[in-house]
Amino acid sequence: MNNSFIQINNISKHFKEVKAVDDVSFEIKEGEFFSLLGPSGCGKTTLLRLLAGFEYPTYGNLLIDGTDITALPPDKRPTNMVFQNYAIFPHLNVEKNIQFGLRKLDLSNDEIGNRVKDVLTLVKLEGYEERFSNQLSGGQRQRVALARALVRQPKVLLLDEPLGALDKKLRDEMQLELRTLQKNIGITFVFVTHDQQEAISMSDRVAVMNDGKIQQLSAPNELYKNPKNIFVSDFIGETNFLKAETKSSDGEFINVSIEELGEFKIKNNLNIAANSSNVVCSVRPESMMISKVKSDWDICLDAKIRQTSYLGEMTRFYVEVQGIDKTITVSSQHFDNQSFENNECFISISLEDISLLNKK
Amino acid sequence: MISFWRKIYAKNDNVKAYTLLSPALILIILAMVVPMVLMLSFSMFTQVNMMEIDYTFTFQRYIDFFQKKLLVTLLIKSIKISFLVTLITLITAYPVCYYIAFYVKKNKMLWLVLLTLPFWTSYLLRVFSWKIILGTKGVINSSLINAGILNEPLTFLMYSETAVVITLTHAWAAFALLPLYVSLEKIDFSFIEAGRDLGLSRFEVFWKITFPLSLPGVIGAILIIFIPTVGDYVTPALLGGTDGRMLSNMIQAYFGKINNIPLGAASATIMLTTVVIITIIVSNVTKKLTQRLT
Repeated sequence: MNNSFIQINNISKHFKEVKAVDDVSFEIKEGEFFSLLGPSGCGKTTLLRLLAGFEYPTYGNLLIDGTDITALPPDKRPTNMVFQNYAIFPHLNVEKNIQFGLRKLDLSNDEIGNRVKDVLTLVKLEGYEERFSNQLSGGQRQRVALARALVRQPKVLLLDEPLGALDKKLRDEMQLELRTLQKNIGITFVFVTHDQQEAISMSDRVAVMNDGKIQQLSAPNELYKNPKNIFVSDFIGETNFLKAETKSSDGEFINVSIEELGEFKIKNNLNIAANSSNVVCSVRPESMMISKVKSDWDICLDAKIRQTSYLGEMTRFYVEVQGIDKTITVSSQHFDNQSFENNECFISISLEDISLLNKK
Repeated sequence: MISFWRKIYAKNDNVKAYTLLSPALILIILAMVVPMVLMLSFSMFTQVNMMEIDYTFTFQRYIDFFQKKLLVTLLIKSIKISFLVTLITLITAYPVCYYIAFYVKKNKMLWLVLLTLPFWTSYLLRVFSWKIILGTKGVINSSLINAGILNEPLTFLMYSETAVVITLTHAWAAFALLPLYVSLEKIDFSFIEAGRDLGLSRFEVFWKITFPLSLPGVIGAILIIFIPTVGDYVTPALLGGTDGRMLSNMIQAYFGKINNIPLGAASATIMLTTVVIITIIVSNVTKKLTQRLT
């Protein structure tokens, strides 16, 4: 397995004054399902288009499998793309669409026929050869786009928000299917999405982007558990931010005073400076416990439930804590709102679930 | 009575459709169907002398047409001139529309307005301007002579087929721009990117994706230019001389100076039929060609 199959070296892309991609460097492993995640305008699509060859970088260079592709046009690159709107040619049927990319590969007619058949089986579209784009559903179009790109057996498959146009249920199915497909064929996937749930559920690794820069690049569980900055913490999943101030530090641990709650000793994973007010604490809603009676957890607070939403697999409580001016979100699998008298409850937090982050 | 009409109106969608269409229908019947029927009828009469017409039905005028070598030659020449005009317009207008559709990001409308700006002046005025440009003492000839490049003015520029082709091309270009632009504008740029992504060069992508997808506009432009130019008589009359004369000038003469209305009507009918046949052939051949391309 080649750990630096795709090398992105100091890539910048400027559109006039706008730095869409700003000095980005990282590597993608061979056979990896890699996601570029971020809000719209963060530069993730530009980065993908740079890989495809639809844009050329202002600075930096790109290598795939050891070959410098920075200046190659799209038709000379070992990549293929699944477009956001699928871009199925409306004047050609499914079969012709898929054959389209095989014209320049110098294959015998038999081989073309076999490849088209195989790829249609792979995406479960046997029998749809004669259909035209306007006779297909959104999900089917997405499969045709996938087949058309995969039939060329590219080294890297680029996917530009391919599930965005599908409804929720179909999207969940396709996520699982895409993941299985990628593992089976072993082609490196670079997947662009703004949907954090999609990125963390499908990918081996995720690069979270904002303002043209990589905010954090790590495995999905790392992103969720150990976000490196306030942007990642906020963008991935849901969280509560609490005002904080750091005091003295002994290297591994740091004393933090959190709003009105008091001073606590927290693990300092990100080497945050002592005596700084430029910090914030993040606590995930599901890491807190809500209860009727006081607990012996590190922090236990009196609280009042202001609002509840029942979500099926869990209930979300919006609670008010004395001394904290923001509503705190707590989610729990075990309670519904009936069990609390006068909406009074206790919120418990374990110190290891608090992450200390630098503000911008 | 009112409720009776209401009932019919509510129940029958055709009634609604025809009510909405009626102004246009009335206009078309009065301005097109009636004159066509009249023209067809007159083409089957016989001009006896200056004032008299024999109203017995005969197909003799059609036979007359094909026996007069001049008329057949003029018909072929009309088609040839229109064909040239259509071809030149397409070749010049297509790249312009392509550019506006894919490369102009802001103010596309402004570009289109500027391109069609010359067409806001009268047709006749534009024909006369070409006379000033192409004439023996016109802009082109006098500058070439003053520059010492020529001693004698270029005679083929004026009162010739060339003059007619140039003027008609300029006069009708705007009408080709719009259908071409609309059909290109509708093409999603990701189709072109997908073509490149699938291994085709720019040139191949154009012929296999962009051009076939813009075909409705191309056919539209062909028809919109070919049909009116084939019957144009102002330009050939003013700039054509003897060399650039077209069939429509003859038809005009039959209805006027020569005063043979039935033969004029027959010539017009033949011309109309030829144009219809040619347009059907052209659109089918273009479609077939594109299918072969892809």
